[in-house]
This record gives sequence, structure tokens and C-alpha cells, in this order.
Amino acid sequence: MMIGLAHQITSGIANGSIYAAVALALVMIYQSTHHLNFAQGEMATLSTYMCLTLINAGLPYWGAFALAVAASFVMGLLTERILMRPMLNAPPLSAVGVFIGLLLLINAFDGWVWDYVIKPFPSPFGGSNAVLGGFISPHELGETAVTLVMLVAIYLFFRHTTLGLAMRAAAYNPVSSRLCGVRVNRMLGLGWGLAAAIGGIAGIMVAPIVFLDPNMMGGILLYAFAGALLGGIDNALGAVIGGFTVGVVENLFGAYVVGTELKLTVALIIIVAVLLVKPAGLLGRTVQTRV
Amino acid sequence: MPALLEARGLHAGYGQTKVLHGIDFAVEQGGVTALLGANGAGKTTTLRAVCGLIRAQGEIRLGTDRIDRLAAEEIVRRGVGHVPDGRGTFLELTVEENLRLGAYTRKDRAAVAADVERIFGYFPVLRQRLRQQAGTLSGGEQQMLAIARALLVKPRLLLLDEPSFGLAPLIVQGIFAILRRINVEEGVSILVVEQNASLALDIADHAYLLETGHIVMAGGAAEIRRDESVRRSYLGY
Repeated sequence: MMIGLAHQITSGIANGSIYAAVALALVMIYQSTHHLNFAQGEMATLSTYMCLTLINAGLPYWGAFALAVAASFVMGLLTERILMRPMLNAPPLSAVGVFIGLLLLINAFDGWVWDYVIKPFPSPFGGSNAVLGGFISPHELGETAVTLVMLVAIYLFFRHTTLGLAMRAAAYNPVSSRLCGVRVNRMLGLGWGLAAAIGGIAGIMVAPIVFLDPNMMGGILLYAFAGALLGGIDNALGAVIGGFTVGVVENLFGAYVVGTELKLTVALIIIVAVLLVKPAGLLGRTVQTRV
Repeated sequence: MPALLEARGLHAGYGQTKVLHGIDFAVEQGGVTALLGANGAGKTTTLRAVCGLIRAQGEIRLGTDRIDRLAAEEIVRRGVGHVPDGRGTFLELTVEENLRLGAYTRKDRAAVAADVERIFGYFPVLRQRLRQQAGTLSGGEQQMLAIARALLVKPRLLLLDEPSFGLAPLIVQGIFAILRRINVEEGVSILVVEQNASLALDIADHAYLLETGHIVMAGGAAEIRRDESVRRSYLGY
């Protein structure tokens, strides 16, 4: 029983690292634009397909990984420049429409270029069938490590570099940032690029576990939303904590309470519960508006 | 003496609402100019037009360059520091991060460090609160932080929008005294917008009176202060 519990928890942490990464991407976009990027999952799937194509073309794994992540960064930059900048002053519902349109577009594009057959994706860590230490597969261990390293690197970048500070400032207060000489539009583009790159890393890391098809990130995006909302949609640290929490809770509920078919329902329940009880999330700021 | 800032025929507004109806004004090199007027006269709009936050028609010159078509980020790099109304503090960031952002455009680390020391000389409380979140500072401290942030841009021209707003009289006097010092010791030209005419006229060399988007009076601060109608409407005696 205890071995089972430990396995569920470690597996939950491994899943949670993916949700945490995608949740972070969602929060980064939300902080700078106050929009939820519903297409974040599809963008990650596209990154993963690009990586697979590079690997099949003969590149070594980490070379393909690096190139695919760089391409994701550029994809994010372009999305901001072409789709988002004209939407800056549009009503929120228009932005939602654009994001959902982008989701459908990318999803159809993936299916058209790479077909809908579910594909296996290679892991650089030794496969997901062998069990290491009894609790976790080598891939789950490896992807958790990669994701954690990435999250720490992002944290250090935002906390301790001037560019990171300027990006945070541009998200919090674009007007004052311009008065300090910060080129806010450029910062927005960089934020989108970074979010797309993070999503891409998450997609490439999770593909060996869930296999690659155009709908791969659908469920994961839902978990990531739940995590981001739970932690506080305007708080990056909250997003990461929320992501890991959802991962563990989902596994424990699935194993001991509702069964694996209803695991996704747990995510939906978390979303509704957070919005009903504490919409700001655990670490988010409650914004009061004087009427 | 040549003017550092000169505006001619400035028209500006927000959407359909026209606020400024073709105004002319100037800030002398090394001087302090006050822009006075009641609520809604268009003072904040004027500052926003000068620093590029809103589009305006007309000519604005900084030194020999025209700046009226430039984006705010670029005008800052020409040496304009703006302390906006409401302070514009980055509330979620620390005092130190706010200051670092003020120096964002500068490459000379040693000079920035020296400037920060000098600013701590003007506002010692900022050194004490360096690691604190800026949103937890009092109104007066946030005003000092906003001025410090603008000074770190190393501006030739400092724009201040209602620096006395919402502050206790004693704090305000202290801040205005420091503004005078900054003008004298560092040679920074100042354009200060104020509803509190008496305060502004105390430190100004020249003044303009703005009423519903028109300049109705211009002249030396002393003569504006003595003017009968100004005394009655804006100085209260």
C-alpha cells in the first residue's frame, strides 16, 4: 500500500512538472496581456512535431531539442507580432476568439502535415518501461529534472537579470516602463517567445509518456489551467506550485477515489472550486475595484 | 538664454475630446517652469504630450531636435525624466528594482552607482527601504521614489505632474526644497505641473497659467504671483 502511495506521489510530481511548465507559460502570457492563451497546448504540440521531424531527419536528440525550442521561441515572437499586437485594445472576447481560432488552426495544421496516427516519441533517458528504484521510470526522472532545471533558470533570469526585470516591469506597468526607456512591445514579444519555448520543452518532455498526436496537449492544457488558477493566475510561483499540486492530487484521486477515467474531471472540479471559493488562487492578489 | 524645451501650437486630446487648443510654452535651460491651472485645464495632457505618451499635433523641440513624433521610450533616451501623476511606482517590485528600472537606459555602472548615492543623500529613507516592496511605502516615500527613478535616467529635463498630490504639507515642503536643490546643484531643468500654485511659484522662475486648454497668462514667477486675478483665483487672497 505504502509503495503504491509513494509511486503515485512520485508519478504525480513527474506529471506535475509538465503541468507546472505549461501553467508558467500561461501565467507569463496572462501577466503581460491579461489574456489566457488557449492555444498554448497546440503551440507545444507543434514544437514537439518539429522536434520529431528533426530527429527523423537524422539530428541527434539534444540537437533536435535545441533547434525545436529555438523555433518555438521564434513562433512565439511571430504570434505576438502578427496576431496579438493588433489585438492590444480589443475587447477580451475578441482575444478569446483569436486564441481559439489559433488552437483550431494549429491542430488542423498538425494533422494535415503529420497525420492523425499516434506516434511514439523517443526519450533520451532510457525509455519509460524500465523501472528505476521501483517508483519512477528513467524518463519520468529525467523529464522532471529537465523541467526543474528549466524552471530554476527562468526564475534566475527574471529575478537577477536586467532584461528579466524589464520584462516583469513591462507586464506590471507598461506606461511607467516606457517612462524608464523600456521598449514595451519588444518585451511583450520576448515574453511570448519565452512562453512558447517553455511550452515546447514541456511538449517534448511529455510526448514519450503520452505519445504524439495532434490532440496530445488537450488534457495537459486543462491540468495546466487548473494548476495556474489554483496557484493564482497572476503569480508565476503560484503557477508552478499549482501545477505540481494538480499533478499529485490528480494521481492520488485517480488511484484511490474516482478511478482513472475521471482523472480529467478532477481538473475541472479544481477549476470550478477555485473560481467559486477563492478566484485569486492560493498566491494570487485579490484585486478590489472601487465602484 | 536658449530654451531647452519649446512647444508651439500644441493640440492634443483623447479620442473625440480635444483638451489642448494650440498652446505655446518653453522651459529655459537650467530653469524651473511652472504650469498652473485648475482641475481639467489640461496640465497632465500637456506633460503626456511632451514625453510622448499621447500623440499631439504641433511642434515640440528638445534642444535642437524635434521630439513630437517620437515614442516615449525614445524621448526618455534623449534625456527626459517624467514623474507621472499618481507616481507610477512599480508597486509589485522592490524599491531597489524600481531604481534599477530608472537606470535601465544607462550603461555607465559606476556613474549610476554615484548617482544612487547622491539620491540617497536627498532621500535617505529610500536607502532604508531598499528591499521593501514599493507598494508598502507611504505616499510621500513613493513620491520620493518616483522622483529618484526619474533622476536616474540622468535627464536634462525633469517633468513633474502634481508632486504635491495627496501628501501632507510638511512632506511636500521637503520635496519641493529638494527639487530646488536638484535644479541648482545638478543643473536639471524642471517643468512642474501643479494645482498648488503657491508651492509651484515658490521654486519657479517662469510660469504659465492654463485654463481649459489655453494659455491665458505667461511671465516671470514673481509677476504672476503678484497678479490680481491669479491671487484671487489660485492663491486664495
